Amino acid sequence: MKPTLPLEELMSPGHLACQGCGAGIAMRVSLKALGRDTMFTFPACCWTVIDGPFPYSCLEVPLLHMAFEATAATAAGIKAAMNALGKDKTTICGWAGDGGTFDIGLQALSGAAERNDDIFYFCYDNEAYMNTGIQRSGATPYGAWTTTTPVKHFKKELKKSIDDIVAAHKVPYQATASVAYPEDLYKKLVKAKDIRGFKFIHIIAPCPPGWKARPEDTVKLARLAVQTGIFPVYEVDGGKYVQTMKTPTRKPVLDYLKLQGRFKHLKENEVADIQKMVDTRYAELEKRFQG
Amino acid sequence: MKKVMMGNHAISHGATLARVQVIAAYPITPQTQVVELLSEIVADGKLKAEYIKVESEHSAMAACIGASSAGARAFTATSSQGLALMHELLHWAAGARLPIVMADINRAMGPPWNIWTDQNDSLSQRDTGWMQFYCQSNQEVLDSVIMAYKVTEKVLMPAMIVLDAFSLSHTYEIVDLPDQAVVDKYLPPFDFKYKLNVNDPHTYGGLTTPEWYMEFRVKMQEAMEQALVEIKKEAVEFEKAFGRRYDPVEPYMVDDADIVLVTSGTAASTARFAVDQMRKKGKKVGNLRMRLLRPFPFADVREHLKNAKKVIIVDRNISYGYHGIWAQEVKSALYGHSKVPVFNFIAGLGGRDIFPETFVDIVNKVKKLKKPDQELYWVEVKQ
Amino acid sequence: MAKDRKKIEFQKIGDLPPMVQSQRSMAANPTGSWRNLKPVINQANCIQCTICWKFCPDAAIDWVEDNPVINMDFCKGCGICAEECPKKCIEMVKEGK
Repeated sequence: MKPTLPLEELMSPGHLACQGCGAGIAMRVSLKALGRDTMFTFPACCWTVIDGPFPYSCLEVPLLHMAFEATAATAAGIKAAMNALGKDKTTICGWAGDGGTFDIGLQALSGAAERNDDIFYFCYDNEAYMNTGIQRSGATPYGAWTTTTPVKHFKKELKKSIDDIVAAHKVPYQATASVAYPEDLYKKLVKAKDIRGFKFIHIIAPCPPGWKARPEDTVKLARLAVQTGIFPVYEVDGGKYVQTMKTPTRKPVLDYLKLQGRFKHLKENEVADIQKMVDTRYAELEKRFQG
Repeated sequence: MKKVMMGNHAISHGATLARVQVIAAYPITPQTQVVELLSEIVADGKLKAEYIKVESEHSAMAACIGASSAGARAFTATSSQGLALMHELLHWAAGARLPIVMADINRAMGPPWNIWTDQNDSLSQRDTGWMQFYCQSNQEVLDSVIMAYKVTEKVLMPAMIVLDAFSLSHTYEIVDLPDQAVVDKYLPPFDFKYKLNVNDPHTYGGLTTPEWYMEFRVKMQEAMEQALVEIKKEAVEFEKAFGRRYDPVEPYMVDDADIVLVTSGTAASTARFAVDQMRKKGKKVGNLRMRLLRPFPFADVREHLKNAKKVIIVDRNISYGYHGIWAQEVKSALYGHSKVPVFNFIAGLGGRDIFPETFVDIVNKVKKLKKPDQELYWVEVKQ
Repeated sequence: MAKDRKKIEFQKIGDLPPMVQSQRSMAANPTGSWRNLKPVINQANCIQCTICWKFCPDAAIDWVEDNPVINMDFCKGCGICAEECPKKCIEMVKEGK
């Protein structure tokens, strides 16, 4: 028995995540890399509920719950305090959903990135406002059903390129990751922990109820997202793009879409459109990997 | 050491002497000099603090909440639109029981844009759980920042120090800068028992059902009631250490007054000047300056207004559809304790000047009325 | 505040911390009751690759002498372990069997 990740859990079972929750895997793996000398702040998001109600918590690190827009600014404040108190080794992390990152939290994120605040900012991306019942966010991909983009008006806008937005701030480190590749996420976090400055980690975290997928398919979907080129997994270290999970031949997007009820309504030409969009975006990124 | 300085700089010096550890602030007229001087003080190494140049006031309060939660003494300053933008997080800071101190420069709310003074911005926040101290001099401003931390860190509720835009923020007065050593003796370092701590990890602010939420709110009210006790205690302690006394209310010639004016901010000093003028003419007038809005000093207000035959509350603010806010507060404190007629005059909105003559006119008008025949009276408005 | 399974009950306001601060672990909340299906590991065919363990969103798989053992107090029956097992030696069976 040779585990690829440390055995110690910094998260207890008994938490309130749905069956098969991608965000649960994301936190569990991240904690193993970050260790006990870590503090979190969450905005309103699924993890606000997952951690459990007062007087319980499933985490073994300190957590400050905060208001929706404020994640990056709150983390910056915690970090400043820890520096002022001479405890600058503790890792300070904002941990937000896609809504709290792409939309309402974008201003604070941009401010912290521009100031190069010495914090981790994690976005676990389930591609909609899941905690409030599956409403569309700026992270919802083209074609998806949500409660506010019903089938007759499915989301026509593209998923916001949050990684490009963060990259435009020239932060020292950012990466994408998938819960299907926990060792990749682990390695990136262990490396990034030693980097001073703003670090952005964008994790694709499938959501069975929101994606209308089977709970047992969460890891498979997180893998297919990468293998189809829909969610390429890479890092940008000091401006250098490196693809860390390579996809020499990409699977067709249909392999991924057909496992999710939120895409069930798509017609053949719409799937073809999605394939084209993914191909274009992937080609764009490929140039950066080679450069 | 005595120095001539503007109100904004009195705030900066107060925060410096209080040894704040994290400052997170966003510029807004007329607060900018507060943070500009603090930037210089930090850059010169005269204050060991982390200064986060946040990208909005909402983020300023978010950063203060983060910093205070981690056990650092946190400070910010703002005004008007900025304070309004922080509103959500003012509730949060109080509910999280964080002893943050903030300066608010009272500036009128827009639209239209108006950078001059009135009190609607801070008074709109009175239900958020923040203590509010209304200052009339730059000395009081500086002293209040220091006193505020002493009280907030005891009861774990936040506080705002409020001062008039331009009339105080940009007016130069003589301020006695206390010695750092004397301040250090008065105000010990912040030692937060409930700070974020990796050696004793807890989650703060988790979902709380109706079963226990209300009891946490009871605790906040109890903390504010205790704050009133502490504020009165600190008035004595501060006087012992620094020789200056600040009570929740400041009575001036009220004991034998037939008519008592109730005022706050710089208007209160103008009112005292007018009281002197009127006393010379034989009119028995007095002034009660309200320094403390929250926690509300019920007993002091009832005590000092008990002999008045008429009370005139002059508000530099208004709650639309009702009347002035200090008038609401004082009237409700008097209810059941006094049947004195209370007149509410609204003056000086958007920075319109309040002159000694303004108070003379108000008193003359009230002398002709047995009791108010209007819910509110507008002062010197063009017809 | 490790994975202590004890619940906590408050009787009066004086028992509460001044602000909302967690006092116990969610390990006091047995989510095993959420299941319709439960995973059954065929230990004979298991190669102890640790894949099931690493993907469990609930950290509900323990190691007992190098063998994976599902913690039935907490397993929600999501089926990820069964789906990801490379030897297909985890079967999801109806709860109650």
